[in-house]
Amino acid sequence: MNLLSTLSLLAEAGSLFFTPSNSVFAPEVDNLFDLIYWISAFFFVLIVAVMVYFVVMYRRRPGHSVQPSPSHNNVLEITWSVLPSFLLVLIFVMGFTGYMNIRTPPDDAYEIHVYAKKWSWLFQYPNGAESSDLHIPVGRPVRFILESEDVIHNMFVPAFRTKMDCVPGRYNEIWVLADHSTGTGIKDEDHEPTWLFCAEYCGRDHSNMKAKVFVHETGDFDAWVAKAANLYEGRTMAEVGELLYKRKGCISCHSIDGTRKSGPSFKGGFGTAHKMADGSEVVMDENYIRESIRDPRAKVVAGYEPVMPVFPSSRLSDKDITAISEFIKSLK
Amino acid sequence: MSVGATPDRFQAADVDGAHHREDNYLLASSGLGSWLVTLDHKRIGVMYLIGIMASFFLGGIFALVLRAELFTGQKLFLSEDAYNQMFTLHGAVMTFLFIIPSIPAALGNFMLPIMLGQKDVAFPRMNLASFYLWIIGAVFFLCAIVFGGLDTGWTFYTPYSITTSTRVILALLGVFVLGFSSIFTGLNFVVTINTMRPHGMSWFKMPLFLWALYATSIIQLLATPVLGITGLLLIAERALRIGIFDPELGGDPVLFQHFFWFYSHPAVYIMILPAMGIVSELVAVFSRKHIFGYRFIAYSSIAIALLGFLVWGHHMFVSGQSQLAAVVFSGLTFSVSIPSAIKVFNWLSTMYKGSISLATPMCYALSFIFLFTIGGLTGLFLGALSTDIQLHDTYFVVAHFHYVMMGGTLVAFVGGLYYWWPKMFGVMYNENAGRLFCLIVFLGFNLTFFPQFIMGSRGMPRRYARYVEEFQIYHQLSTMGAFLLGIGMVGAIAVLIYSLYRGKKAPANPWGAATLEWMCSSPPSLHNFEEPPAVGDPYNYDNLRYDEREGGYVVVPGAAKKTSSH
Amino acid sequence: MTVAESTHEDGHGHDHPEHLAHHFQSPRQQYDAGKLGIWMFLITEILFFSGMFCAYAVYRSLHPEIFTDAAKELNTMLGAFNTVVLIVSSFTMAWAVRAAQLSQKKLLVVLLWLTLILAGVFLGVKSIEYGEKFQHGLYPGMFNRFAQEQYPEATKAALSVYVSTEAPAPAAEEGAEGEAHGDSTATGEETHEGEAHGEEHAHDDHEHDEHAEHAEGDGHHGGAEGVRDIHIFFGIYYMMTGVHALHIIGGMGVIGWLILRAHRGEFSSEYFGPVDFTGLYWHLVDLIWIFLFPLLYLIH
Repeated sequence: MNLLSTLSLLAEAGSLFFTPSNSVFAPEVDNLFDLIYWISAFFFVLIVAVMVYFVVMYRRRPGHSVQPSPSHNNVLEITWSVLPSFLLVLIFVMGFTGYMNIRTPPDDAYEIHVYAKKWSWLFQYPNGAESSDLHIPVGRPVRFILESEDVIHNMFVPAFRTKMDCVPGRYNEIWVLADHSTGTGIKDEDHEPTWLFCAEYCGRDHSNMKAKVFVHETGDFDAWVAKAANLYEGRTMAEVGELLYKRKGCISCHSIDGTRKSGPSFKGGFGTAHKMADGSEVVMDENYIRESIRDPRAKVVAGYEPVMPVFPSSRLSDKDITAISEFIKSLK
Repeated sequence: MSVGATPDRFQAADVDGAHHREDNYLLASSGLGSWLVTLDHKRIGVMYLIGIMASFFLGGIFALVLRAELFTGQKLFLSEDAYNQMFTLHGAVMTFLFIIPSIPAALGNFMLPIMLGQKDVAFPRMNLASFYLWIIGAVFFLCAIVFGGLDTGWTFYTPYSITTSTRVILALLGVFVLGFSSIFTGLNFVVTINTMRPHGMSWFKMPLFLWALYATSIIQLLATPVLGITGLLLIAERALRIGIFDPELGGDPVLFQHFFWFYSHPAVYIMILPAMGIVSELVAVFSRKHIFGYRFIAYSSIAIALLGFLVWGHHMFVSGQSQLAAVVFSGLTFSVSIPSAIKVFNWLSTMYKGSISLATPMCYALSFIFLFTIGGLTGLFLGALSTDIQLHDTYFVVAHFHYVMMGGTLVAFVGGLYYWWPKMFGVMYNENAGRLFCLIVFLGFNLTFFPQFIMGSRGMPRRYARYVEEFQIYHQLSTMGAFLLGIGMVGAIAVLIYSLYRGKKAPANPWGAATLEWMCSSPPSLHNFEEPPAVGDPYNYDNLRYDEREGGYVVVPGAAKKTSSH
Repeated sequence: MTVAESTHEDGHGHDHPEHLAHHFQSPRQQYDAGKLGIWMFLITEILFFSGMFCAYAVYRSLHPEIFTDAAKELNTMLGAFNTVVLIVSSFTMAWAVRAAQLSQKKLLVVLLWLTLILAGVFLGVKSIEYGEKFQHGLYPGMFNRFAQEQYPEATKAALSVYVSTEAPAPAAEEGAEGEAHGDSTATGEETHEGEAHGEEHAHDDHEHDEHAEHAEGDGHHGGAEGVRDIHIFFGIYYMMTGVHALHIIGGMGVIGWLILRAHRGEFSSEYFGPVDFTGLYWHLVDLIWIFLFPLLYLIH
């Protein structure tokens, strides 16, 4: 490994090909990348140099003619088949051991549930806290249990050097042990977060399905997750409603600026009458909002498909609905 | 030998009377109808050529629109939905309509019987049927585009493809029909090579292009039916929800990926093997050297074809398949790289002590070696498990397969087109213009795709309509490269088309090649050969001499051990 | 259909026999090419079906209980009868090949007709079987009543594509598909099922009871009731038997064409390739059924 890190320093391939990493297995991945990079560079330069040399030396020109040389040589063929094979075995074994590290979380890992849906992320922490960006503690193994509610998504954090599909109907898992924090304090502004991308194509807003990754110092994380669990403390109802609007995925179908998405925009909707698919007119009030969340197909606004999922009280309490109503009310 | 009986350039031949018209397959009969019902493998090859070039330009326009949109990370002129449709159609059109049929169906159809010294393929009617199936498949695709588009990605992953409102069923029917077109071509080639090799041409005296086509045909026969049934199952799933692939009804979406890649990974070798065959021909002819390690190249084609069936699982390293499966598929994946490396080393050895002409086809062949080497070596990063987890579904993968398929297959295809153009149409193109555009293609290609390796390993996911700012510089380089590449490709094709009107008359054998297609006139007569040609070593150039009067090479019997039967 | 290729005729084959295509050197070469061609084609057919056998194997290993219980819904007697029908038709086909080789023109025509009739009988029985399933609400996919019971929301949402009149996009798609192809099973069935489904609702309750009784009478453990994901079995069943039936129909077309040519006296001991090749195809279709029958009907 010493040799490898020396090589990578020499090459500075790292700074061109990688962003800074933030997990304990990342250096192993980057070292293997460097090793393959140097093996590839060697063979590539060799092949192209030989090719160019031959083209220059043996180019067709007056006075030059073909010189005899053998048309086959089994020893040579076998040599250049077998020797690279050893390198391939080396690469394979290193890739395999690195893979096992990436795929095997320690037993005592902190667990975060990841719910992917079109087109937002929801992270759920053991104490019931939820967030639409990812917050993890530094220096502590974290295991992610991945689920999808609709199509296949993929949780990809380039800095962690890991990714895994979120497949509907089954659980996948990955884990990470971050080796440095992205800042101190529990406010988002105090951090320089890295990106979390959806890496499996999932439809219209695939490229907007990203989240930020905050790595907290241990004490900060405990404070953050405790605060996050208590949604209502220190926030107005409308602020909580806005948080829920983002976390529960309302944001992916209902805009707050008037843009038309899969569902009607919330902007300026409260208190006004709306035409329904069956021809009736309904004024949007607390009761209508509540019904639309608990039984979305009861009244569908004209011009929209009945595609909204049902949110039972296990996923959105009555209090939460009140908060969302307050939020919608605040959108003038 | 009919070398002396070369007819005039076909445009001029109208005045030459009936005798010459019969000698030239292009003029043997006239009128659109005579083309549409032709059973002549050459005309079918030419019709295929026109069809796939049209598809190529359609797919290319999609690509340029995509690259233009990606010049910045924000919206320029495409909505997310439009972008998603655009990349899906780029992938689907390029894969199913262009690259898979490109070399076998166009060049292979034209050259395979002639290289065997025969009048036609074994089943000429099936050959024509295969072309019409291609047309029907293309029409299905066009219908899908016109009536609502397609936004699933060319991979049709479930459950997205079950739930999207775009025209999945139309596109799948297109894929299904195109699959049969591909099977028919493959079947025809296998039977033709097996049963119609001329007396004296044993398996190991076949040109390597034929070995490559043979290996390709085997894959087409074995893998395409699985794609066919996968498409049918997905159609049933979408129309009826039979529940096999749909997690909402208890099905398994990863099973679809296994089904899909069982075809689609071998399909990668359907794309690259014939390209390797072309390069084997080009390197030998333009170095005037016997190909080095003939048997190893031939065996490696077969090895690639067979090993290619065992590696599909490497597309699913992050889908949650078992760790054991991932390890096995990774190991098998590395085994495919050996036969590919063997070919590269053999091509280089062929050039050793040769007399290397830098004619346009050879420029493309050298370009191929350069680009394919990068494509192949970057495959190592993706075959190794731990690095693949980082690189999977990023632009690194996009760059990798473009280096293999575009830098490999497309470049070899254009090289082959330049090489056989004089034979197909009886005219010579402008050599300097050809070389110039080859250089532009080479530069544009690298500028387009090399930055994609870097942004990919830095974490840029593929299929993104919008991206974060840190990737912008790489995207902008890539976009500029794409337009340069576009100019190069249009120029390369324009040089060929221009030659149809202004090109010099081609001799029967302009390059001094020893394979049989150069023993008949340019362009060939309706039945290719008046009498069966003498079969010799396809890579022995000793008895070919340049003839000033002819403007090309002629056989000088007795110059070497090769003898002529008459 | 592929066998037809070897009979390509050419205007100027003076010294060639009439049935020898111009690009072949000898009838022998032509026959060998045809033979290899049909074998290659059969390999692709086997691989085509193997995809469905794989799906079958995967789901049977994951959910063996689905298969044992669902198989009870199939009519083993009709399946067995059809197996016998196909085996006999294979025999008449093989005999027909022999007749062609011995230039027995009349016998050849009779045997080909027999094969054709037996194939028709097979399809008739098959449609009776399908009809029986439909009566019990055992349609493919989301129309299947087990699927509707287990996944009420998902099937309802999926069905709305067909039922709702206010969904212009999917309706347009369906129309386009319907026009664009006449030979696909999936969509052909789909419209049919779509119509049938409307009536089915009316009888739903009644049938449910009837079915439950039937299952209890079975003695065992509730038959197919109560087992999850049973519609997947029917999805696979309809795909496998449906695609197989399409192959029978294709085969009948080719046999019909052979009968025409045999009438004209085109086949003789000199030239019998097309009969031979069709025979091979027919045996394969028969063989696939011989695998399908125990895998679908006889699981216990």
